[in-house]
Amino acid sequence: MAAAVRLLLRAGSACNASSVCAPHTSTQRRHAAHFTFQPEPVPSQYGPTQKMNLFQSVTSALDNTLASDPTAVIFGEDVAFGGVFRCTVGLRDKYGKDRVFNTPLCEQGIVGFGIGLAVAGATAIAEIQFADYIFPAFDQIVNEAAKYRYRSGNLFDCGNLTIRAPWGCVGHGALYHSQSPEAFFAHCPGIKIVIPRSPVQAKGLLLSCIIDKNPCIFFEPKILYRAAVEQVPMESYQIPLSQAEVLQEGSDITLLAWGTQVHVMREVAAMAQEKLGVSCEVIDLRTIQPWDIETVCKSVVKTGRLLVSHEAPVTGGFAAEISSTVQEECFLNLEAPITRVCGYDTPFPHIFEPFYIPDKWKCFDAVKRMINY
Amino acid sequence: MLSETTQSSSRKFCPPLVLGVKRLCLHSLSQVFLSETDLRTIMCPKYDVLGLGASVQSSVFENTTGSAVLPGALQQQPFDSLAEKPQFPGASAEFVDHLEFIQPNVISGIPVYRVMDRQGQIINPSEDPQLPKEMVLNFYQKMTLLNTMDRILYESQRQGRISFYMTNYGEEGTHVGSAAALDPEDLVFGQYREAGVLMFRGFPLDLFMAQCYANVDDLGKGRQMPVHYGSKDLNFVTISSPLATQIPQAAGAAYAIKRENTNRVVICYFGEGAASEGDAHAGFNFAATLECPLIFFCRNNGYAISTPTDEQYRGDGIAARGPGYGMLSIRVDGNDVFAVYNATKEARRRAIAENQPFLIEAMTYRIGHHSTSDDSSAYRSVDEVNYWDKQDHPISRLRHYMTARGWWGEEEERAWRKQSRKLVMEAFERAEKRQKPHPDLLFSDVYLEMPPSLEKQKESMWRHLQQYREHYPLDHYEK
Repeated sequence: MAAAVRLLLRAGSACNASSVCAPHTSTQRRHAAHFTFQPEPVPSQYGPTQKMNLFQSVTSALDNTLASDPTAVIFGEDVAFGGVFRCTVGLRDKYGKDRVFNTPLCEQGIVGFGIGLAVAGATAIAEIQFADYIFPAFDQIVNEAAKYRYRSGNLFDCGNLTIRAPWGCVGHGALYHSQSPEAFFAHCPGIKIVIPRSPVQAKGLLLSCIIDKNPCIFFEPKILYRAAVEQVPMESYQIPLSQAEVLQEGSDITLLAWGTQVHVMREVAAMAQEKLGVSCEVIDLRTIQPWDIETVCKSVVKTGRLLVSHEAPVTGGFAAEISSTVQEECFLNLEAPITRVCGYDTPFPHIFEPFYIPDKWKCFDAVKRMINY
Repeated sequence: MLSETTQSSSRKFCPPLVLGVKRLCLHSLSQVFLSETDLRTIMCPKYDVLGLGASVQSSVFENTTGSAVLPGALQQQPFDSLAEKPQFPGASAEFVDHLEFIQPNVISGIPVYRVMDRQGQIINPSEDPQLPKEMVLNFYQKMTLLNTMDRILYESQRQGRISFYMTNYGEEGTHVGSAAALDPEDLVFGQYREAGVLMFRGFPLDLFMAQCYANVDDLGKGRQMPVHYGSKDLNFVTISSPLATQIPQAAGAAYAIKRENTNRVVICYFGEGAASEGDAHAGFNFAATLECPLIFFCRNNGYAISTPTDEQYRGDGIAARGPGYGMLSIRVDGNDVFAVYNATKEARRRAIAENQPFLIEAMTYRIGHHSTSDDSSAYRSVDEVNYWDKQDHPISRLRHYMTARGWWGEEEERAWRKQSRKLVMEAFERAEKRQKPHPDLLFSDVYLEMPPSLEKQKESMWRHLQQYREHYPLDHYEK
């Protein structure tokens, strides 16, 4: 029996402190997160709040929507039992199986179906299980959803469509559970792309996407689903789209990011202040397309330096578009070249994630170089 | 040698394995805690396809003493014989004990439903929908008006007046027969060769022309190539070029309409070529699983540009795919307007009543080229085309039906030809003279509201035009 237990332990799990275990040389512990989530002050303007993590804030937004809009339906793979990230827990029981339902395993079908629902006047909320799997739906999104209103001369549109997908690195997701594909869609006029940094932001931005009369893609940073916990208003509220938010004012350099990376930038700002005496202005872009050019440029005119950071590969990433526009608008104000700290031009690796991601040390180092340019 | 019953019992215990794959099967919790010796000997027996019993087991399944070991749990416990049926969640079926592949039947495939023969005579009087004279005359006039418009607009492309055109020659029956069986409120998703549906519903010649000329009257604001029609009032969703994308959309629209409880159906047209797209598979599967009131109408016209059907699929056309999705399906003679009418009418009635999709495969022939960019003599014989034009055409078959009843004759034909041509030519001449839409319309409707960045781009375009206006055809565009 003891021998059997020994066998099973050796076969599978991490070694514990039992004397029967041969000591491993520096066991690699699975990495702790590369940032710390700081909850923001409780919003007071939207009514009573409740402690929620990010997936619960999404559930809350969906709950509010299903309650107030009788045409609203939620669908995708595995949403009926609550979803692989628990974003739709309880909704089917509460609102009925004709409103919260599973679809066959087919992303092009999910989005195509969603477009049709929207064209017929229903509020369609489609879930793609991971942003990495959105690509079969690329044709429907780019050639159909984005162009529906334009090509029909505004006779038809699918503005009632919102597509939600978990997004970004999660520590162990590797190639197909970590992607940030916003740049592919930013190149396509006609859709909106929104990425929240926190539960309060997620609920307000998602509700704005749902109400917005244009097809929207809402990417949810999966690493924040459980890790980000805040007091979130229980009632419906909206945070405007295409408005970036200045989280922290500063005078020496603008740090621009979205989603999870905003929290990395906040830490970079603290490090820069402490170690370099550099005053950083931190901006959360929030809407990737159409993006708030005015707020970003206003900031760069003030600071003279811009650092943009995202997990997605650097080449053709959205930082490239931002850099190009900002240098056009603010050329003479720049004290240093615009710097991008992004993922490398590789698929998202598994065991090499700690080296791949644009962590606070890489960003800190970039700040240092830019200040000393 | 194990007995028959034990053999079949042992098969039931072990999930079907790929032959030769060794796996640790846990038949009971007691087997979780094992000695090292045990681990080497606990294997699932090879799946005994031939029913030869213990002799099939390989010598690998040996313990240290060299004798074959059968895990104790496999040996005797008989399963409840009353439950000797497959229990798989994935299919509801009986067992079968002989190996036989299901043969796809393409030699004598799904039969083709028709009401009239090729000479327009009713074959089975009980299938004659016995439509009133005015209705049948209207069918005929719509089909021939479409044909006339096609001739004139095809010519106008050849003369450089419009950029592109697609004719509907030979398929007029599929359009009019199906459109007539629908309510005006039913939502239509098309591919691009369904202009007759729109014409039947009353889309004016002026608006067909406006779209083809992309002039100021175009409801689509001049943004798309010719024949990409759309009409909100007539419930005809604007055509888009990518093929089959409308199929899953139609399923979604049908689902929304089902929830509204308004007794409307959605119809979705596509060709046999588009049916090869992944979106078609997606649409069929979604419509069936989500119980959508939807008619899938496939125009199987023999060609996808130059690709004949034997290079498009190997099965029995599109209708045979329906049952694979759990969908009621029928194949009809698409050149028989009454057959199309009857099938669509019944499909509509049941789709709404039963909330399920129907698949109608209308067999027909594309008499014209794929488009003005195509010369089909490159891939098919003139004889083949002539056969369909002369011997099996929806318009002539209906005309025979009408003349047999004394509803139509040479005089009516002459008069109508003259009148329909006049109508088309007048609309054509009006459309020719109209201006193009205002260039501002290049920038609107991308989003509901125009983003600031796009406003800036529009302003920059006008600044450019101010300076370089002689290089741009501004005179043809609305000021």
